Amino acid sequence: MRCRKCPKQAVLGMPRHNTAFCGPCLTEFVRTQVQRAIKSQTMFAPEDRILIAVSGGKDSLTLWEILLKLGYRADALYVDLGIAGYSERSHEKVERFAHDVAESCGSKLIVHTVEDDAGAGIKELAHLVKRPTCSTCGTIKRYQFNRVAWENKYDVMATGHNLDDEAARLLGNVLQWQEEYLQKQSPTLPASVEGFSKKVKPLYRMTEREIAAYAVVNRIDYLVEECPMAKGAKMLVYKDALNRLEMESPGTKQRFYWGFLEKQKKAAAVSSNMTMTDMDQTTLLPCETCGQPTTAGTCSFCRMMARAKSPTR
Amino acid sequence: MKVHLSHPTRDVELQGPKRVADIFKELQLIPEAFLVIRGRDLMTEDEVVADGDSIEVRPVISGG
Repeated sequence: MRCRKCPKQAVLGMPRHNTAFCGPCLTEFVRTQVQRAIKSQTMFAPEDRILIAVSGGKDSLTLWEILLKLGYRADALYVDLGIAGYSERSHEKVERFAHDVAESCGSKLIVHTVEDDAGAGIKELAHLVKRPTCSTCGTIKRYQFNRVAWENKYDVMATGHNLDDEAARLLGNVLQWQEEYLQKQSPTLPASVEGFSKKVKPLYRMTEREIAAYAVVNRIDYLVEECPMAKGAKMLVYKDALNRLEMESPGTKQRFYWGFLEKQKKAAAVSSNMTMTDMDQTTLLPCETCGQPTTAGTCSFCRMMARAKSPTR
Repeated sequence: MKVHLSHPTRDVELQGPKRVADIFKELQLIPEAFLVIRGRDLMTEDEVVADGDSIEVRPVISGG
């Protein structure tokens, strides 16, 4: 298979675009797609300070690398979940990337350790508060990411969510008819109220396979191993189903998610309903304990921490 | 050929030479969810893996 842009041997076929690229042309293609995502979704400007949530996996480290290569001012936050073995290995990948790639671009890594805060790692904490591990993890990561971005005055927080993540999440929301979550599926979420940072997903145009290929071509040393807590997760089932459809009909994932975004945009243009910002401003108030916006008196993170530290639970 | 797989980590032996596309079929894997790497280089589905080669079939799907 030859590259469609130059005479070299291709390294990746892309059936959804009916094309194939060699390493350098793939790199150029991916960076162009990310830049297009940033501009078309008004994610951030060259002068903005960006905080990236990194896990040591392919998506977040690739996002960090691309934003630095494109000349953006991006730092990163790693949340150490305290999962025996896995957290040490993922932390090591992040530290190595920070040292080998990011530092020379003036970019820094911030580390938050769950155990320092909660007195326990994520698995034990989930057990203490009697909640599923992935949901406990999500609450902590969202809270800490927003807190660090807000306290350190970053203009925007970025995550490595890709096309597969967003298409699978959309499929899950549609299958369960969770309409209230659909509005939050935009690649750009505004800083709707005081205490909430703007959130963006610059990789939403790229599939997981394309991002992994970019990482291999550009020698990004990421953790291939999956989080042991994710075993059996519904998202993996949805991703598998979508990949089977993609094999039968290339482009299914992008038609599904990008089509949804188009419909969402058209609906917003003609609707007199409240925007997400309007709704957030109506329903969110500062948490009585920490001040972060919440629909309840005390936010879910503070309730969880109180429960974990309570002797009666 | 030696094929290294993940989730769970294991090695399997297959008879070569074989095209990457046929390796996916034999292992019953969906190509959209994997990359094939020989040494440090990616391989496309039409490339042939020789009998003495070692390759990694790396999953690209993540997330809970």
